[in-house]
Amino acid sequence: MSNKQTYAAAFVDALLDSMADDNTVSLIGSAPLGLGPERHLTEEIRRRHPARVMDPPTAEGGIASLGAGAAMAGVRPFVDLLTGSFVYLAWTQIVNEAANGHYMSGGKIKVPVTYHCLEGIRGAGAPQHSQSPHAMLWNAPGLEIVIPSTAADVYGLVRTALLNDNPTMILSHARILGIEGDVPAERSPIPFGKADIKRKGRDVTVVALSIGVHHALTAAEQLAAEGIDVEVIDPRTLVPFDEETLLASVARTGRLVVVDETPLRCSAASEISATVAEKGFQSLKAPIQRVTRPDVPIAYSPPLEKALTPDSDQIVEAVRRVVGRPEIIE
Amino acid sequence: MSDPDMTHPARWEFLEKMLLIRRFEEAVGTLANRKVFPGHYHLYIGQEATGVGAMAALDERDLITTTHRNHGHLLARGADPTACLAEILGRSTGLNGGRGGTIHLSDPSLGFLSTSGVVGSVVGLAAGGGYACKQRNDGTLTAAFFGDGALEEGIAFECLNIASLWSLPVIFICENNSAEAWGMAKGGYPTLVHASNDLRSIAGSLNIKATRVEGIDPFAVHAAVMRAAEGCRNGNGPIFIEVMTKRWAGSAPLWPEMATGITDLGMATGATIIEDGPHREWFEVQDPVLRLARQLMASEPDAIEKISTIDQRTTERVDAAARAAEHAPFPAVETASDHVFVPTREMS
Repeated sequence: MSNKQTYAAAFVDALLDSMADDNTVSLIGSAPLGLGPERHLTEEIRRRHPARVMDPPTAEGGIASLGAGAAMAGVRPFVDLLTGSFVYLAWTQIVNEAANGHYMSGGKIKVPVTYHCLEGIRGAGAPQHSQSPHAMLWNAPGLEIVIPSTAADVYGLVRTALLNDNPTMILSHARILGIEGDVPAERSPIPFGKADIKRKGRDVTVVALSIGVHHALTAAEQLAAEGIDVEVIDPRTLVPFDEETLLASVARTGRLVVVDETPLRCSAASEISATVAEKGFQSLKAPIQRVTRPDVPIAYSPPLEKALTPDSDQIVEAVRRVVGRPEIIE
Repeated sequence: MSDPDMTHPARWEFLEKMLLIRRFEEAVGTLANRKVFPGHYHLYIGQEATGVGAMAALDERDLITTTHRNHGHLLARGADPTACLAEILGRSTGLNGGRGGTIHLSDPSLGFLSTSGVVGSVVGLAAGGGYACKQRNDGTLTAAFFGDGALEEGIAFECLNIASLWSLPVIFICENNSAEAWGMAKGGYPTLVHASNDLRSIAGSLNIKATRVEGIDPFAVHAAVMRAAEGCRNGNGPIFIEVMTKRWAGSAPLWPEMATGITDLGMATGATIIEDGPHREWFEVQDPVLRLARQLMASEPDAIEKISTIDQRTTERVDAAARAAEHAPFPAVETASDHVFVPTREMS
């Protein structure tokens, strides 16, 4: 038996259940679901746990630092950094304090802080409210990175983040909050480092992150009509990264397209592609294709923004290229 | 209050701890000169009275944050000098397995959170410590030790503000160790790069009660931190203490020099004549260790003998620690990737 739920509602359920289970969990942040239509859902957290919802000043570095320190001191703050672009304000606190704390203490200090942001091209965000920091963060050892795509996944992954002992960054795409998905009646934490095959397929492996999973599933339906059977893999966590599921899929299909909304150079798509090139080269029957935003800031003007945003059409084209059927492109 | 009558029950303990820090830092400087360890480092010479006086005012369960200039704080809190020295030398027996080195000495079993070498971060981590103390509501507090430079960073402003807004139990202990000479242009107030000429006003503008105390006097620091701790434990929110410390002549920003040599307690007992020279004022007035030794001598007839015994014991202890650290093995290279993550627990 399963129910339908939005990503946003499942996210709130996970916080509510974690806070009920563990009274050291608190929410630092007034609007973890942004200022859009899902905002009201977080009111339930405030209603049930008024003493454990803290409204901070506009100080992303400050709350990131406070969250790291509080975690070192033994409690489990969930720190919301608002828009992904603002994670840069907290960079040294996340990368240099939280992520290094365990290592540089020789394993004596644990930093079980969870950070969250709404990243990505959200619509009219212009250059400064459209950033996706997950690829840059992947270059910061010591940080676990969670990038859920569905209601079922965000529930289980948030639960795990608030149970484990490492600093974790959860990145929710700003346009994913209202997407509905099936959620099981009995829910539990989802272990990090386990990719999920969102669609089985024989011909091409499409690895997609976050909102890219939804674009990839749309593309897969269209390609199925053309007789191309696409497998869609959602890594769900970048750190730890499930190489095994990815390499096994590429071994079956021999073709890989990687979908990621960060700019091309040093994108998560680049790292995933490099991993397959290094460890799965023998399986490949065609060059790997990356579908990302170009190395361009995101423009405000809607047609320009759309032109810069990876979508299902771009995935369809990339898949056609790797299966050697570019002639289908009109 | 200072203790002009020298009746404070901890006066001899203070001397011994201050001397331990002094002999330890002299050992670090000596090992550095011999190039036994690489990289830059920061000594606490001249600030011993602050660390020792402040730590004595804290409870066992309280939390501490410190910075790149941490050696004195660790030792004042009771960390093992051998493990600290071994860490500074990057050895496997080091306090942190050689992962952190001099800049990141930390011992969570003594209440230390992560020791950050990023200027200003200590203020934020301390606010986090205070957040945890407040959430647990167990009467504990967090004490942060940092230099005046920390207040140059934006993170300090953000986290002082949050600590005040949320009434977090944190004692912010700012050890103002700016070079005196630089301050002459500001009417004698020691900071070079603060537009403010009273650091208390920065905390004060955020509604944090701010006081100032003479950092050369362990009794005055102890009393100030005792008062601050009482306020924190009573739920009065954070307190800022500016501790005025005299900058030691050897305190170059990255590469300290043993400018005043190895401390000779004979300068306190009178056995050694203080010659004229650039450091005469340091020896006669500013050195907190010599100062406390002189105060003890002036008030207790058998002080000279006790001081000599304590110095001998402390010197032997640090010498033994240095030998042990120098002979300790380096970490096995196969372990370089250990401790990036806490291993995942099995979850049902």
